[in-house]
Amino acid sequence: MQYEPVIGLEVHVQLKTKSKLFCSCATMFGAEGNRNTCPVCLGWPGSLPVLNEVALKLGIRVGLALNCKVAERLKFDRKNYFYPDLPKAYQISQFDMPVNGRGWLDVETKGGQAPFSEEKKKVPVPFITKRIGITRAHLEEDAGKLLHEGIADGSLVDYNRGGIPLLEIVSEPDIRSPQEAYDYLTALKAILQYIEVSDCDMEKGSLRCDANVSVRPVGQEKFGTKVEIKNLNSFKMVQKAIQYEITRQTEAIGDGETIVQETRLWNDAKGTTFSMRSKEEAHDYRYFPEPDLVPFTLSRETVEEIRKTLPELPLERAKRFIKEYGISEYDAYVLTQERKLAEYFEACLKGQILGKEDLSLSAKLASNWIQTELLAMLNAKNIAIEDCSISPQALAGLIRLVEQGTLSGKTAKDVLQEMAATGKAAEVIVKEKGLTQVSDTGLIEKAVEKAIAANPTAVAEFKAGKQKALGALVGAVMKETGGKANPKVLNEILLKNLSK
Amino acid sequence: MEINIEKISELARLNLKPEEKHKLAQDLGAILEYVKKLDVLDTKDVEPTSHVLNMENVFRADEAKPTDAARKALQHAPETEGSFFKVPKVVQR
Repeated sequence: MQYEPVIGLEVHVQLKTKSKLFCSCATMFGAEGNRNTCPVCLGWPGSLPVLNEVALKLGIRVGLALNCKVAERLKFDRKNYFYPDLPKAYQISQFDMPVNGRGWLDVETKGGQAPFSEEKKKVPVPFITKRIGITRAHLEEDAGKLLHEGIADGSLVDYNRGGIPLLEIVSEPDIRSPQEAYDYLTALKAILQYIEVSDCDMEKGSLRCDANVSVRPVGQEKFGTKVEIKNLNSFKMVQKAIQYEITRQTEAIGDGETIVQETRLWNDAKGTTFSMRSKEEAHDYRYFPEPDLVPFTLSRETVEEIRKTLPELPLERAKRFIKEYGISEYDAYVLTQERKLAEYFEACLKGQILGKEDLSLSAKLASNWIQTELLAMLNAKNIAIEDCSISPQALAGLIRLVEQGTLSGKTAKDVLQEMAATGKAAEVIVKEKGLTQVSDTGLIEKAVEKAIAANPTAVAEFKAGKQKALGALVGAVMKETGGKANPKVLNEILLKNLSK
Repeated sequence: MEINIEKISELARLNLKPEEKHKLAQDLGAILEYVKKLDVLDTKDVEPTSHVLNMENVFRADEAKPTDAARKALQHAPETEGSFFKVPKVVQR
């Protein structure tokens, strides 16, 4: 029997505030253990939580970006459970009146297809836009952190994270493949970064994801029993863990086993999930309204004011890039995944010259230079685009030289490396090193004549219809001119001379 | 009203003696019975009350202020290590 997976994701994102959700403790990462705590977040008797207004507004901002219905009335509830990471033995969360209700997110996905088409290896398969439903996105406080490693006789507790504002974004079980899950997370993260609500740094715990996975026979409407996977520290891990879980569940059902609803942890070293097998504790959180916090009413004016401050979102921007600059869907997608990268691209484009006459050619050049050369260089050194030492204007300067025909593409790549190393402008490097491309037809003419005279075999082969033989002649001319001959001019002259 | 005292005591992490269980089950049952009187009222068009104070939208400005709470809390903790609280070994949840 054919089985299909049904996947839903729960994403916890830390909202970028100076202080915690219900108290004035700092949220700064990396402080000394328990330094950022106070009577409220340590759960001392008699202390009272008070809601951080910025946290609520950031939460609404996310809701609006995800097309959610923002609540008119909201309240907080206590989620009760005993664990040392919760000093109060309950977490303040939202149960039945969350800040954000139903919404959706459009995801550009290849839905588990190969990234490139079969026949034309280099042509990317087009994206499909898939709408993933958002069930809700609610505010809650984070728990403390337990440290187990290297401690034999106990666990250490750090409450610095306790009370940090989180927004839990729950997706509908609309996701149908590990690739779709990955693309959903990528799209979600891009939006969260665009709207500047979070650092989205998985290593610092400001973005976390749990996955709910089940399988069912294709065509069956009823969902299978779901398993929750935790301990997923990167999007790649989410993708791998879901793939593993789909295979495990499908095989188990094939062997006549029944799937048990449970929480499993991902072991990245082994590439498997394993059951937590924590003793059969009753999962009864006994939610009830948090009596220490009053309810909240959100006026539509407040909500609309927040909506007005939303920037252009990644997918809108990608569509605009395609329309305005005529770049490909794939390029537009890559360039808009990060807000800073998209801004870099547009700033670079403004500094080029062809922009006025042939925008799409200019945009294609900028897109290629950024994606292939600049990003490769930055990725190799693990540098973020915003920390790039080459400004978009400086890159535009280099591209301008290529556009003018002063530099060949190959030489320009060397100049780029030099720019990164020295911080000098492209024009300066070209002048200092005498790299200017030779477009002087007289000079090239001479080199061509010399090359033709020196390579009679190649000439004969070319005349016999062997196109490849041209390469040897081009190489000879390049050698003669120190690699500086303008390839376009060279080609013209060479072909002209050969047809004589 | 039937009270599942085993489950409730388990959830509340309370170790009750058999005689306590019996008495508490009776007490809790009586309380629920008493509150049940409210069921005779028609509350179809009444919005549920989540808070007894007639007050809403109480906010705090987003400002960070340091406190000395951790030092005091650590002083009174049964066990500490460095600036951390120490608790018996727990399994990962």
